[in-house]
Amino acid sequence: MINTMECAVDAQSLISISLMKIHNSRTQRGGIKLHKNLLVSYVLRNARQVYIKEKYAEIYRMQQYEEVMTVCNEIQELNPLDVEAEDREEEQLERAACCGEAAAIHREDCVKEPEPGFYRSCCMEPAPHYEHFTLTNTNNNNTHCNKTTVLDLDTHVVTTVENGYLHQDCCCDPQTPQRKRKGDFGCGASDPEDVPDFSTARKRARREDCALPSLEYTDTSNISNLISIFGSGFSGLLSRQADLEQICSKPALASLGAWTRAIVAF
Amino acid sequence: YPISIINKINVCHSEVLSFVTADIISTVEFNHTGELLATGDKGGRVVIFQQEIENKNLPQFRSEYNVYSTFQSHEPEFDYLKSLEIEEKINKIRWLPQKNAAQFLLSTNDKTIKLWKISERDKRPEGYNLKEEDGRYKDPNSITALRVPVLIPMDLMVEASPRRVFSNAHTYHINSISVNSDNETYLSADDLRINLWNLEITDRSFNIVDIKPTNMEELTEVITAAEFHPLHCNTLVYSSSKGTIRLCDMRESALCDKHSKLFEEPEDPSNRSFFSEIISSISDVKFSHNGRYMMTRDYLSVKVWDLNMENRPVETYQVHEYLRSKLCSLYENDCIFDKFECCWNGNDSVVMTGSYNNFFRMFERSQRRDVTLEASRENSKPLQVLKPRKVCAGGKRKKDEISVDSLDFNKKILHTAWHPQENIIAVATTNNLYIFQDKVN
Repeated sequence: MINTMECAVDAQSLISISLMKIHNSRTQRGGIKLHKNLLVSYVLRNARQVYIKEKYAEIYRMQQYEEVMTVCNEIQELNPLDVEAEDREEEQLERAACCGEAAAIHREDCVKEPEPGFYRSCCMEPAPHYEHFTLTNTNNNNTHCNKTTVLDLDTHVVTTVENGYLHQDCCCDPQTPQRKRKGDFGCGASDPEDVPDFSTARKRARREDCALPSLEYTDTSNISNLISIFGSGFSGLLSRQADLEQICSKPALASLGAWTRAIVAF
Repeated sequence: YPISIINKINVCHSEVLSFVTADIISTVEFNHTGELLATGDKGGRVVIFQQEIENKNLPQFRSEYNVYSTFQSHEPEFDYLKSLEIEEKINKIRWLPQKNAAQFLLSTNDKTIKLWKISERDKRPEGYNLKEEDGRYKDPNSITALRVPVLIPMDLMVEASPRRVFSNAHTYHINSISVNSDNETYLSADDLRINLWNLEITDRSFNIVDIKPTNMEELTEVITAAEFHPLHCNTLVYSSSKGTIRLCDMRESALCDKHSKLFEEPEDPSNRSFFSEIISSISDVKFSHNGRYMMTRDYLSVKVWDLNMENRPVETYQVHEYLRSKLCSLYENDCIFDKFECCWNGNDSVVMTGSYNNFFRMFERSQRRDVTLEASRENSKPLQVLKPRKVCAGGKRKKDEISVDSLDFNKKILHTAWHPQENIIAVATTNNLYIFQDKVN
């Protein structure tokens, strides 16, 4: 687990700082320093991992609320009684209360049993290869994200990501009750400050998201501008940058993943 | 040697040598006898100092190092193909063992290694038949008699001339050179490759280590330092940015991609941070003089390894552990990328390395004693014993202690060297070279 506590700046700032360093190194006298840039890319990867986890936690919370709202609306629609306009305000208050309750219940349930199709994720990249476990992985060499299977060693949960959606296939041990999953997609909302516990880096299957959700780019346009430098893999350091518009397109996302793969490859 | 050097070293300020130029010292190296001390700087210059011992017969003798020779080793170059400037900064200097009257050293910048001959001239010929004293040629018709030119004494002149230029063998930046104990070959290492040269042959080198992946996107580590074993001419080690050291035996195969030994200490998972990879990168590796141990320097510590034990170092010394909580700021100001070197004393009982605020540290291995000293003009006067320093990591600061926050991170000692036989050390701050020696009571 990356200890973020001792770091004075947050993950997002570290990403910006790191990208600026790489960008500046291109104009430094004597040429690009391979060693320094490699080390910076490690910091970049670590910061992105933390950043993405924090974002997912946030997104999860948002999605949960949306889900609950949808459920509430559906419940409302099923009501045969016609709702008068003047009663609507009352309705909404009730709905809010119901949603609040439902949300609470839902959250509790989720702790015990995560539901599939919950997470909107972008294409998942194959996890880095670690010595201590084997990763069932398909389409390892494909630049397009397709299907990735990951085994979580702690919970024995096998997860498949297909076309950008995260499913939970099965539990390896049917006897083992589904307990709260730790990690990236742990249900039961984790606060941004509560960074998921990973035990040791080597045991955990790590997945690298190849792109942030598109809404993030508006917030962090600085980052996306500099990410465009890495149009194609680590060698992207030496080549010219891709267009900014291409960043959000699927091929660009895939190539960004190639870059990510480069820096996480062990 | 005294048994406890830390106690007796009472390091005193022998000489302060400073350079007029703004060039930053980039390497410091004693020759094999310790009589000569070479420094290289960012401007491509090499300055060699020679030891002069005063009053050797007296109980209290002092060594002085005076400038012996200065020359421009490397010039800035431009790679037109890649549109890149090649820095003239001298990355490393290594002396060859002396074979005749002249001295030889290898100096390297990022791309080119040069063999320099440093020789003395204290006589000059006089009485040429065909030339005047000022060098003009005489009219042959005016010569009526012949004479034999004679050599007359002159003021000592030290000349440096480039004897070999070893170029075009490295795509990446050269970080190390190391002369083999066979005195015929040497290695040069860049980020991804190590080449073997014959000192006589400049148009050919053999690649013995290549860690470049087929696909550069899969790059995960680079070579950070390499050195030949001091006694076994077939053995070399190289360190990596991942904190591992590989020992290779050149007898096993022509290409030493497969290591004979891999030295690696497992990472402490509780210490994992954003910067774990950076601080575990090894910046220097040095064999002990007796060839039984090697020492590595990473950002926060010095580790001594027994060549027979691969899974962990036998000794670990914390250089400035108080910086662990400051890694973020040190990353922002780029200090975390500083490459500190380390060195052994002559009998391998003490190791030394630099730190910030012009501090340098010595660790005595058997007694497990260590000391922090400062190299600065203000705090040193000739013959004054250096006062040990202490950094206050937290809590209440005692008198004479320095708090972590008041350390000057622009004042760093990256390069240190220890005389191979005596207790004389050379410590380079940014612009100054300090030479300290043991005060004999």
